[in-house]
Amino acid sequence: MRTRSYLAYRFLSIIPVLLVLSFVIFGIIEAIPGDPAQIMLGQHATPEALEQMRHSLGLDRPWTVRYVLFLGRLARGDLGHSILSGRSVLSEIAEKVPATLELSLVALLLAGVLGVLAGFLSAWRQNSLFDYFAMFGSLVGVSIPIYWLGFMLIILFSLNLGWLPTGGRLAATIEFQPLTNFYLLDALLSGNREVLADAIRHLVMPAFCLATVPMAIIARMTRSSMLEVLNQDYIRTARAKGVRTGRLLFLHAFKNASIPVVTVIGLQFGYLMGGAILTETVFSWPGIGRWLLDGILGRDFPVIAGGTLFVAAAFIMVNLLVDLLYLFLDPRIRY
Amino acid sequence: MKAVRVLCVVLSLAVVLCVPALAAQSTFVFGRGADAVRLDPATITDNESINSCNQIFETLVRFSKDGKDIEPLLATSWEYDESALTWIFHLREGVVFHDGTPFNADAVLFSLMRQKDPSHPFAVANAAFWNSSFKQVQEISKIDDATVAVKLSEPYAPFLSLMANNLAMILSPEAMKRLGADGFNLAPVGTGPYRLEEWRKNDQVVFSAFDGYWGKKPLTKRVIIRSIPDNTARLMALLAGEIDGMDGITPDVIKILKEKKAGSIKMLSAPGLNVGFMAMNTKKKPFDNPLVRKAIAHAIDKERVIRETYQGMGSPAKGMLPPTLWGYNSSLEEDVYDPALAKKLLAEAGYPDGFETELWYMPVPRIYLPDCKLVAQIVQGDLAKVGIRAKLATYDWGTYVEKAMRWEHEMCFLGRTADYIDPDAFMHGPLVSGSIFNFSNWSDKEYDRLVDEARRTVDRESRIALYEEAQIRVKEQAPLLTVAHGNNMVLLKESVKGFYLHPTAQFWFHEVSIQE
Repeated sequence: MRTRSYLAYRFLSIIPVLLVLSFVIFGIIEAIPGDPAQIMLGQHATPEALEQMRHSLGLDRPWTVRYVLFLGRLARGDLGHSILSGRSVLSEIAEKVPATLELSLVALLLAGVLGVLAGFLSAWRQNSLFDYFAMFGSLVGVSIPIYWLGFMLIILFSLNLGWLPTGGRLAATIEFQPLTNFYLLDALLSGNREVLADAIRHLVMPAFCLATVPMAIIARMTRSSMLEVLNQDYIRTARAKGVRTGRLLFLHAFKNASIPVVTVIGLQFGYLMGGAILTETVFSWPGIGRWLLDGILGRDFPVIAGGTLFVAAAFIMVNLLVDLLYLFLDPRIRY
Repeated sequence: MKAVRVLCVVLSLAVVLCVPALAAQSTFVFGRGADAVRLDPATITDNESINSCNQIFETLVRFSKDGKDIEPLLATSWEYDESALTWIFHLREGVVFHDGTPFNADAVLFSLMRQKDPSHPFAVANAAFWNSSFKQVQEISKIDDATVAVKLSEPYAPFLSLMANNLAMILSPEAMKRLGADGFNLAPVGTGPYRLEEWRKNDQVVFSAFDGYWGKKPLTKRVIIRSIPDNTARLMALLAGEIDGMDGITPDVIKILKEKKAGSIKMLSAPGLNVGFMAMNTKKKPFDNPLVRKAIAHAIDKERVIRETYQGMGSPAKGMLPPTLWGYNSSLEEDVYDPALAKKLLAEAGYPDGFETELWYMPVPRIYLPDCKLVAQIVQGDLAKVGIRAKLATYDWGTYVEKAMRWEHEMCFLGRTADYIDPDAFMHGPLVSGSIFNFSNWSDKEYDRLVDEARRTVDRESRIALYEEAQIRVKEQAPLLTVAHGNNMVLLKESVKGFYLHPTAQFWFHEVSIQE
C-alpha cells in the first residue's frame, strides 16, 4: 500500500516539475532574440509582411498570454503546431522518437553489456593488466570527442574498408515502407532480410559512437561499486564458508553492487533520449536531437517547448523506473 | 580493450551477413544539408523546400538556363498592354497533373487566388509570403480555359520574373480539395517531370518520373534528395559512393577533397547571382561621413581577401550586381587598394588618428561569404593599418539578422542572393530608404528615385540606363563595401551527366543521367 501511494506521489510530482520547466523554457525563449517570422520570410520580408506573419503566428501577443494558451493546450494533450513545418509537434515527435529510441537502446545495450563486463572483470582482478587497460580505455572513452571519433570511424570503415555506410538509417535506394519507424522491428515483422541487414549496418557505427561515454561511465561505476562490496565482511564470510567463486561474484556481490550501476544506466538512457545531437549530426541520423536543434536555430517556439518538455518527461519517467527497479534489486528497500 | 575486439567480431559478422544494396543506375541520389520543410509551394522560402518543389511543380514561365531570359513553361506566350498593368498568359494545352486532372485556367486561378484571397476555401494560413512578392497584383481572372489575365495596381517590372518563382507554382486543385492543405503538404501534386514517391522526414525525399509528363521525359527514373547535415559527412558519403552529387561546398570541403585527390569526383562551379558585402551604418558616427566610408573602401585589399578565403569559390564584387546579370555597369571603377589614400581621406574627414569601432561577422557560411570570420580578420588587419581599430563580434544567426535589421551594428557582413532574376533584387531591398534590408541604413533621394523608377519601367533598355546610374551613385557614396560574388557549386560523380548549375542556385534534375 505504501509503495502504491509512493508511486502515486511520484507520478503526481511530475506535474509541478514540468510546469516549472515549461515556465523556464518560455522565459528562455522569450529572452533570446531572433524572430521566426523573419527567419521564415527571409529576404522577402517587408515590414508589413513581417507584421502579418507575426500576427498569424500569434507572436504579436505578450508571452504571458502565449504561455497560458500553451498550458491550456498542453492540458488537452496538444503541444501546438510547428511554426516552420506547420505540422503538429506531437506527430513530429512521434515520427522522430523511434529513430532516437532505436539508436539509444542499441547504444545502451552495447554500453551496458560491455561496460558492466569490463567493470566486473576489473574489480575481480583488481590491479591486473586487464584492470589497467580497461580503466585507461574508459578514461579515453569519456574524453574522446564524439565528432572526431565519428569521422575516424567513417574514414576507416566506410572509406578505406568500405564495410559500413557513412550515415543515415537505410541506404537511399532501398524501397521500404516503415510501419512503426523502428526499422529493426519493422524489418523483422515484414521478414525483409535485406532491410534488416542494411538497418544493422547503418546502426553499428553511430551506436558504438554513442555508447563510448556511457560505456566508460558504467564500467567505472561497476568497478568501484563491486570493489566496495567485495571488501565487505559478508563476502569474506561467504568465501570462508566455501561459496563458489562464480556464485559469490554474481549472486552475493554483483546483485548488491548493481544498484548504483542501474542508476547510472538509467541516467545515461535519459541523456541519450535527449537526443545525441552530435552523433545524429555526424551520422545523419534523423532523430529527435537534430530536430530540436533545427527548431532552436529556426526559433520554432512550439517545437522547442514541446520537444524539451517531451525529453524532460522521458527523463523523469526513466528515473522513476530506475527507482522502482531498486525494489527488485534490494528487498530491504521499501517506499 | 575488450570492447574493440567484441566490436570487430560484431562488425565482421554483420559484413558477412549483409549483401550491400546495389545502387541502380536509374536512380540519382543528391545530398544536401537539410531536409525540405514543407512541400506546399505557397508556404515555403527555404532553398531545400524550393528545390524539392522544383521537381514536382511548374510555373507559367521559367528562367532560361543562363538566367538571362524568361522562357515559356506552362504558358506558351504572354503579352502586356501599353501601361504594363494587364498581363495576359496563354496556357499550354494538353498538360495533366500527376493525378490525371487537367491543367487549365481554373488551376492557375486556384493556385494563385488561395494566396491572394483570404476568404478562399483553401486559403493559405499565411498571406505574408504572397504579399511580400506580389502585393502589386490587383486581380487575376480567367478569360477562357487557356487564357489568364493578371492586373497590377501599378507598373511593376520584376513581375514576370517573380512569376517564375515558387509562389507562382501551379498545383492540382482536385488534389488539394481531396487531401486538404495539411495532406497536400505531405503528398503534393503538380505537373512537373517528377512526382513525389515518398518523403521520410529529415532523411530523404524520393521522386519518380511522371509518365504523363508533357515535355521531354526525365532521363533518370528516380531521384532521391538525401539530407546529410554535416558538410564533411556529406563529402564522405560522396566519396564512399552512397550519393552521386552534393551541394553545400565550403572551403573546408574543397581542402579535404584536394588532399584526398578523388579522381572520380568532379566539381561544377559557376558565378552565382549573389553578393556578399560589409554594410556601414550610415546613421552612426563616423560612418555618416561619406569620406570615412570611401576611406574604408580604399583601405581593404579585396583581391587578397578573395585569394585567401574563397578557395577559388568567388570573384571580387565591384558593385551589388553580379557581372552575369543584365544591367551590370561594366564601366564601374573598382576602389583601388591604397592605404595612403585611405589615411588621407580619414584625415580629411577629421579622423587623422582613426577611430574605434565594431565589426560583425556572420556565424554561418553562405555562398557569398563562405568563411566570414576569416574575411573579417583580414579586414580587421587592413583597417588597423590605417588607424581604424575594429573589434570583431558575432551572434547566432537568428540574433545576428534581427540585430542587424534594427541597425544595432556599426559595420556588419551580410549578403544577398537573388531568387528572381532582376537587378531589382539587388538594387532595391538592400539599399532603398527605409527597407529593413538596407543594413547600411542609407537614405539617398537620388538613388531612391532611380531604383523606384526602374521598378515602374518595363522597357529593358531604359531600365539598364537607370540601374547603371544607380550603381555609380552607390560607388560614390559607398554605403557598403561589396566583397565578392560567390560561385554556385556542386560536386558530382564523374558518371553524372546533364547536371546544370542555375544562377539562382536552384536545381532541376530532369536532364540528369548517369552513364556507367
